[in-house]
Amino acid sequence: MKRVEAVIKPFKLEDVKDALAEIGVTGMTVSEVKGYGRQKGHSELYRGAEYVVDFLPKIKMDMVVSDEMVDQTVSTIVEAARTGKIGDGKIFVSDVDKIIRIRTGEEDNEAI
Amino acid sequence: MSELDLKYVLDTFFALFSMVLIIFMVPGFAMLEAGLVRTKNVSSVLTVNTMIYAVASLMFLLIGYTVAFGSWENTSMSIWAAFLFQMAFVGKTVNIMSGGVSERVRIIPLMFFTVVMGGFIYPFIVNISWGADFLADTMFDINMYDLAGSTVIHSTGGWALLAAIMIMGPRKGRYKDGKIKVIPASNIPLVVLGALLLWIGWFGFNGGSVGSISSVENADTVAKTIMNTNTAGLAGALMAGILMYIRYRLLDITMILNGALGGLVAVTAGPDLYDMYTPILIGAIGGALVVFAVPMFDRLRLDDPVGALSVHLVNGIWGTLAVGLFVEKISFLEQLKGVAEVGVIVFVVSFIVLFIINKIVRFRADDEAQIEGLDVQEVGVEAYPEFKRAI
Repeated sequence: MKRVEAVIKPFKLEDVKDALAEIGVTGMTVSEVKGYGRQKGHSELYRGAEYVVDFLPKIKMDMVVSDEMVDQTVSTIVEAARTGKIGDGKIFVSDVDKIIRIRTGEEDNEAI
Repeated sequence: MSELDLKYVLDTFFALFSMVLIIFMVPGFAMLEAGLVRTKNVSSVLTVNTMIYAVASLMFLLIGYTVAFGSWENTSMSIWAAFLFQMAFVGKTVNIMSGGVSERVRIIPLMFFTVVMGGFIYPFIVNISWGADFLADTMFDINMYDLAGSTVIHSTGGWALLAAIMIMGPRKGRYKDGKIKVIPASNIPLVVLGALLLWIGWFGFNGGSVGSISSVENADTVAKTIMNTNTAGLAGALMAGILMYIRYRLLDITMILNGALGGLVAVTAGPDLYDMYTPILIGAIGGALVVFAVPMFDRLRLDDPVGALSVHLVNGIWGTLAVGLFVEKISFLEQLKGVAEVGVIVFVVSFIVLFIINKIVRFRADDEAQIEGLDVQEVGVEAYPEFKRAI
């Protein structure tokens, strides 16, 4: 089981979610986050004075998928979330040791 | 009902109606300031605004009205209406001043100053300009024309604010290593609501200051005054917007609203005297002054989160002088003398009073309170408890 964590542009959330649902990803957790990468933030103007907004709003999607699903999940996110412009985001994949569904007590792959 | 009775009733009603409009400026100031400060200081700003209304008005009832006008008599309308109308203004002088020291001023010492301002300083200025005039027949007699208080109210609040900023210093972290750190507004919709409430309140502020609506001539003057007030406001908004666009290719809404308020302050000295076109010019210059004054005060390291110095002090002065420039029968020198005399008195007296209060109970919230936010440290009620607080 792998955990797939994707940081994407907020307006891409719907597209990515729909694409993932289509390939059979059954659930995900989404949070509003702020961050920056190599390009840093951008500058804004307030009352004539410029200031740098370091942290830009992003969406973080968290989901756990079975090992067979990982590659397809990742490529689906890449395809759906890409605009080609700076700040499209990143995907992190990591191992998951155990999953437990609280309601039934099912474990691991059954609990995804 | 005799004609005299009818006039009495009409003028009483008009004064009460104007008073209600002016009191709409209390939420106006409150919302404007709440939107322009960071979320961690919103409850504090709102508490200050509410308490100023209570403290200043009560002081005006107990002491101020007598200081200003000497006697409680009025034959042209109910004395209670006359009092309420005058009372509506007193809190404004402190509102103007408190906004500019937001995010670092402590509430209780500010209330001590409100007691002095509402009971003595502002009523004294009213006395020598509109009221009992105890300086009549001396060389200090003020003969300026100031219908609704470009100087008596707006620059009075502005001068007190300048003294307060000098004593309190800038917000923590505002000027660091010789650089100006921008602290953006937290809630633009509230800023718009507040500014437009102030704009509406101004119709009572200036219209009501004509004093009577019960004859054809007075009714005309009231209507023209309100029209000219509005004209200056929209000219100020447009001018600020145009200048911001020329300079930055962006339309900063907070600056456009400050421009509108600058135009409104500028026209306040003589909206009854101008023809229907002059307020366009007066308001536009007012809006332009705001756009240039805001960065100027920043360069002088006078930290004013809401732009009150630019709106009320700069334009209070400009508006009063404008009457001397644009109205033939008004002497420019008398206007200048009034501006200077009120300025010196208010600045010096405010500075001394603020200095003394500051020695006893310091005005400035300590660094820790500023970092955590005055809502937690001073009020105990966070304005937005379930949201993440701004850094």
